[in-house]
Amino acid sequence: MLKVSTAPHVSSSKTTAMLMKDVVIALLPAAAASIFIFGISALAVILTSVAGCVLCEYLINRYLFKNPVNTLHNYSAIITGLLLAFNLPSSMPAWMTLVGCFVAIGIAKMAFGGLGKNLFNPALAGRVFLFISFPVQMTTWPIPNWRDFLNIDMQTGATTLNVLKHIDASSSATSLMSKTAELPDYAHMFFGLTGGSLGEVSAAALLLGLAYMLYRRVITWHIPFYYMATVFLITGMMWLLTDNPKYDPITHLLSGGLMLGAIFMATDYVTSPMFKNGQIVFAVGCGILTVAIRLYSSYPEGVSFAILIMNAFVPLIDAYCRPRPFGKGGVK
Amino acid sequence: MSSKMKTFPLGGIHPDKHKITSQTPIKDAGLPETVYIPVKQHIGAPAKILVNKGDKVKVGTLLADSDGIVSSDVHSSVSGEVLKVEAIEGEFGYLENMITIRVEGDEFEPSIDRSADIIKEIPYTQDEIIQKIREGGIVGMGGAGYPTPIKTTVPEGKKIDILILNGIECEPYLTADDRLMVEHAEEIIIGAKIINKALGIQNAVIAIDENKPEAIKIMQKLTKSYVGVNVQVLKTKYPQGAEKQLIKAIAGREVPNGKLPADVGCIVQNVGTVFAVYEAVQKNKPLFERIVTVSGDKCSMPGNFRTRIGTPAAFLLEKCGGIPEDTAQVVFGGPMMGTSAVNIQAPVTKLTSGLLLLSESISRKGEEEQCIRCGKCVAACPMGLEPFAIARYARQNMFNEVKPLHVLDCIECGCCAYICPARIPLLDYCKLAKNELKKRK
Repeated sequence: MLKVSTAPHVSSSKTTAMLMKDVVIALLPAAAASIFIFGISALAVILTSVAGCVLCEYLINRYLFKNPVNTLHNYSAIITGLLLAFNLPSSMPAWMTLVGCFVAIGIAKMAFGGLGKNLFNPALAGRVFLFISFPVQMTTWPIPNWRDFLNIDMQTGATTLNVLKHIDASSSATSLMSKTAELPDYAHMFFGLTGGSLGEVSAAALLLGLAYMLYRRVITWHIPFYYMATVFLITGMMWLLTDNPKYDPITHLLSGGLMLGAIFMATDYVTSPMFKNGQIVFAVGCGILTVAIRLYSSYPEGVSFAILIMNAFVPLIDAYCRPRPFGKGGVK
Repeated sequence: MSSKMKTFPLGGIHPDKHKITSQTPIKDAGLPETVYIPVKQHIGAPAKILVNKGDKVKVGTLLADSDGIVSSDVHSSVSGEVLKVEAIEGEFGYLENMITIRVEGDEFEPSIDRSADIIKEIPYTQDEIIQKIREGGIVGMGGAGYPTPIKTTVPEGKKIDILILNGIECEPYLTADDRLMVEHAEEIIIGAKIINKALGIQNAVIAIDENKPEAIKIMQKLTKSYVGVNVQVLKTKYPQGAEKQLIKAIAGREVPNGKLPADVGCIVQNVGTVFAVYEAVQKNKPLFERIVTVSGDKCSMPGNFRTRIGTPAAFLLEKCGGIPEDTAQVVFGGPMMGTSAVNIQAPVTKLTSGLLLLSESISRKGEEEQCIRCGKCVAACPMGLEPFAIARYARQNMFNEVKPLHVLDCIECGCCAYICPARIPLLDYCKLAKNELKKRK
């Protein structure tokens, strides 16, 4: 018996589930790095977060949506769980993580209609909710100590961006010197031996993930590049003009959640523009907002807010930055 | 070399090539017992039938006469007796008017030059050439089936400066044009000179994808002795063989929407068509046979066959090892734009470039899922459209919203549906929207 169908009769082997699986694989180096850097408590946060997100999506699908098609197989809940964990400090209490999972999946994703319909990045929504609700726990940063894998003697300290933030307050030249000395060197920041949330500290691991996603053509280079380049250029110009270490562009590039945000959060298909031009507008907007928040707000870090704010502009960007149809205007 | 090679800039995909028959020489398919010759194998009006039941015909006998300008003559591909002149089931299962002929011997019309000599001299005038092309029943053999005489006449008020020979064959599996270029390069080049003469121009560019090294080599060697005919190698990308994309790649010109290639000074002819033009003009041989690639992952003896028009697909498939039990689909044409056959007794026509046997694993479409706004359909669309948005509105019958999305420019190449990770049948929705908007016009 022959099958009859409409053209095309062949299709690309990449399904949604395969794309998402590739994102999970791309996140693994950063997960491994975080466990190595922060010890077993990092593993606990990751497991709690992934389990919480998957369970939440399952329960909502099953009992609220009464959806006969299970959406778990496409890995998107696992990605949200991983990304949420990556945005938390390793000392985060488990119940708070679970609250974050509920906000991420239940409110930011499923309340909007589930996969493909949400306006805001679920993991970032969960993170910002936790950040506002539990400011103390969300800004307590364990100091990396890979010798203390079981976290028996966990110590906390400031993140690179915290240090940068306080450079401003120091008036005298000597205190500026001492503050600058507190900054970790570039190599420490690149490999992730600094304080911070789980997934953001190791630029090396995140770049490895980026390379994998580019190789597998999950994403294109546009959003990560334009986002990071914008931050680098603005801070770089200010650094050249003022010579203040507070604006050091390389520190800005390597510290905080910039790499994590630019590579994994701003590139989320659902909450970023669909067209090349729009993606560039979106990424540049994220970059400008990130720098503005980092330098001029009371928060040391602005990646989450920047991306969430730009998420809200995506429908507008998509409406204006449309592709030019072939044969319309242009070269005749 | 490949970094500098030209291609069309917007969209496109790289499906697996599967060109398994690119080294297989063209063989004669042989004669079936019966042929079924449709009177409409082209765009436009069906040809007017000239024969009756019981008539004796020869190879090359005119069976049906073109009805108006946008139509085409149809000739007999065999000698024998006309059994039936009536509607029978075609490849889609729809009834089509066909002339059924029982094959008896293989007697050619005496006017046809059957020698193997290559005739280089073109003694005919513009009008004589066009007349011969019309009498040869030649249509665009790349798939569109647009009557060739129209495309060898310069439209009034227009100026043509480039003739592009389409040797791209960007569909996976198909190698008919590739083999034709390898084995009949010189005839194709002379065909180009003939069409050049009809158009009153001196230039012809043979466009070939880089994945056909043998054809490129032969063409580059032979074109040296023909002034004005050049080979342009292009970077492989689907759908480079689409007319507008090919013109953009070769000449850098963009055919404005709603306009024809002639509006930007270009005429595109498939290499198979050009070969047929050569045969019609130099050999008095009407279009009654073509090269068909029989292939697919379920085909045990794939090959390229010189096949008489009207040969039942089943006859050709039998020659290539038959149809295994677990074949999921028989496709007429290529896997991207071809049609899925309902009836394998349906005949090979002037437009059948391939017959493919596809397995379930290769032709499976998968479950449709939610759109995740990945934008891959937009990035793949060679016409710069937004397939996801067209599909979203068409699905809900919101055709007024589809109107500003330029869906009528869609060339139905299938890149969007091919690439969609959520397996949304985007092309089906585009076709639905096109039909609906055309109806409303």
